[in-house]
Amino acid sequence: MAVRFSSLAKPQGTWWRPLGRDERLWGALAVIWGLAMFAMIAVIWPAIGREQNRIQSYRIQPSEFAARTDEFIQTYQIGEVDGVPLVAPPPGGDVYLEARAFAWRPVIQLKRGETYRFLISSRDVQHGFSLVMAPHTINFQILPGFVTVIQLTPEDAGEYPIVCNEYCGLGHHLMLGRIVVTD
Amino acid sequence: MQAVAALQRRCQVTGLLVDRSAERQIMAFAVTAVVYLAIGGILALLIALTRWPAVHLLPYESFYAFVSTHGMVMLIFWIIFFEVAGLIFGSTVLLSARMVVPALGWITYGLMLAGSVVATYLMISGQAVVMFTSYPPLKAPPLYYASVLVFAVGAILGIVHFVINLVGARLRGDVGSLPLFTFALLGAAIIALWSLLSGAAALLPVLLWSLGVIPSVDPGVYRLLYWGLGHGAQQINLAAMVAVWYGLASLTTGAKVLNEGFSRIAIILYVLFINMGAMHHLLVDPGLGTWVRNMNASYFMYGAVIGSLIHAFSIPASVELAMREKGFRRGLFTWLRRAPWGEPGFAALVTSLFLFGVMGGVSGVIIGTPFINMISHNTLLVPAHFHMTVVAGTTAAFMGISYYLVPLIFQRELVLRGWAKLQPYVYALGMTIFGLGMGLAGHWGVPRRHWDITFSTVSGLRTDIYQQPEITVFLTGLGIGAIIAVIGGVMFVAVIVGTVLLGRRTATPAVGKIAPDAFIPVPVAAGGGDTEPGEAEHAHEGFEVPGTLVLSLAFLALFALLYAISWYELSSVPWGIR
Repeated sequence: MAVRFSSLAKPQGTWWRPLGRDERLWGALAVIWGLAMFAMIAVIWPAIGREQNRIQSYRIQPSEFAARTDEFIQTYQIGEVDGVPLVAPPPGGDVYLEARAFAWRPVIQLKRGETYRFLISSRDVQHGFSLVMAPHTINFQILPGFVTVIQLTPEDAGEYPIVCNEYCGLGHHLMLGRIVVTD
Repeated sequence: MQAVAALQRRCQVTGLLVDRSAERQIMAFAVTAVVYLAIGGILALLIALTRWPAVHLLPYESFYAFVSTHGMVMLIFWIIFFEVAGLIFGSTVLLSARMVVPALGWITYGLMLAGSVVATYLMISGQAVVMFTSYPPLKAPPLYYASVLVFAVGAILGIVHFVINLVGARLRGDVGSLPLFTFALLGAAIIALWSLLSGAAALLPVLLWSLGVIPSVDPGVYRLLYWGLGHGAQQINLAAMVAVWYGLASLTTGAKVLNEGFSRIAIILYVLFINMGAMHHLLVDPGLGTWVRNMNASYFMYGAVIGSLIHAFSIPASVELAMREKGFRRGLFTWLRRAPWGEPGFAALVTSLFLFGVMGGVSGVIIGTPFINMISHNTLLVPAHFHMTVVAGTTAAFMGISYYLVPLIFQRELVLRGWAKLQPYVYALGMTIFGLGMGLAGHWGVPRRHWDITFSTVSGLRTDIYQQPEITVFLTGLGIGAIIAVIGGVMFVAVIVGTVLLGRRTATPAVGKIAPDAFIPVPVAAGGGDTEPGEAEHAHEGFEVPGTLVLSLAFLALFALLYAISWYELSSVPWGIR
């Protein structure tokens, strides 16, 4: 039985001693738990999960992205909601969504069960894409100069608001968008 | 001899030699820290009362300005001023060693004070409303970035001074192995150096950009470097808090460290892996690959989490050993029942360890998972997590040790001892309600840093998505919890300020029932390690700390349960994400 020291005192002599039974047991459990959690994110969930985090990204000039969003809106616009263009891209197609202080454009109409490739970027500062489907949200960081690319498959019809959840200036709380899913 | 006496005094309570320069600097840093804590606490109350929908106190301009200021003042200024005080204490007083370059300490203080005052003024006056994170291309005046950089340079000098003091003490033969408290602070100092350098690397280009010297900064690279500071700074808190936990355990129960090597390995795990936690903020960012995320977000296979689990076990185990040695041997938990619950340091240790572990640490590991982060990023769950670590954990621990260090360093009698005994419980109660309310609101998707989730002033695309009764209940909890926690904070500030200004001067302040030998190394038993054959057989199948093992296993089971629930929650998101 070696001498133990107060944590506030200078340990004297050789204080190193082998781990006791208690420490070995707890240390082993801690290591096993660490490895288990790592296996979960590295192997298990990628194999079984339906919600994957496989963001792709491109660099782009904000003006270039704005031009592509304009083109996207012109091609597929079917109406207007509160002055924001309403766009219905073809099932399985690309969706351009542009954030700026303090709005998302356009409003997007999707078909249930189809998979769409979302290309999201910002015209000015950083924003947060937060798609709300209470009690859940799907959140991605949106940076100017980068396109955040994700594939989304809506499974329920309805209206889904998009909130900005990265502080983007004094009008941050005014920033809303919308995705409409139809059968 | 008289000259030496003017430079040092022998503490009549602890027997430690106290360097007068170190003492004055600890006073300066600690008092400044408490002033920032008070400012941040007032802002906290105003912010919480705004997010409580029934009150919705502030107009939006002040709300965003105050959230920015609150973040900076609490996460950086209060904490780092207090930690530099701790670094000075750990590298001089605790070692009975002299301060090597007092002037460097004052330069550190001057830079940190100047930088923090200017930054606080610019933020609170609405000139730099860019939040704690100041993500470009959101722009603040150049003076803001410059003032934060000046603060960072000051803090880096504080760390350099800490190392100089340690090396000086070592060279003079004042210290061989460091006390575990100081060893953990050394870990904190190494993490701090790395973090502050990363922050300087992030902010320097932004300063140049705001001055017009360079045309732009890459927002993705900024986030990578910035979070080296933003998250790293919280890891300084973690290591410093662990030092304080061990210190409080030894002080209030006479605990001796279960196994020095085990605890020190855990500190080294922090130093090696914990800065990888910076990646937790970038899990849903563009520009990073899967394996960069997985390896970093898991602190390389959860090495740092293993470190924390070791401390979570070792600290109660050390208390259990000490209490069992005092004779409280019966059953699994007699030692815990008979622990000094009325001692503010012990109350702070237990509430801080419990809330940090169960609510702060577990939530951090969960939302730091690359997939689960998709449903938690930038929701209120994120600030809920770090309020449970930094406030319910670190701040509560720092408050707990202040009840001993302030009387001893200022040589004054603690005032309002009754308040001090109650304060840790009030604070913990408030933080628990606050944390549950904020965390659950976040889980329901409520965004952080948001003035109005009713969207009452929006013209187009309005929604009532956050009007559900559950969310109202959670945010009311946030408000009520914050009020209780702020009352706890006011009690702390009242006790400390009262002691510093009005406490009776004495060379032997009463500091509660602290262990008289906490600062004294036990002499090495003659003949080395295994010379106590009379050691009693252990009652519980050969385990030394059976009670702690049971508590730890229960904690691990709860951790696993919450972890599993979180994956289930992710799997119940109705949309497919690929």
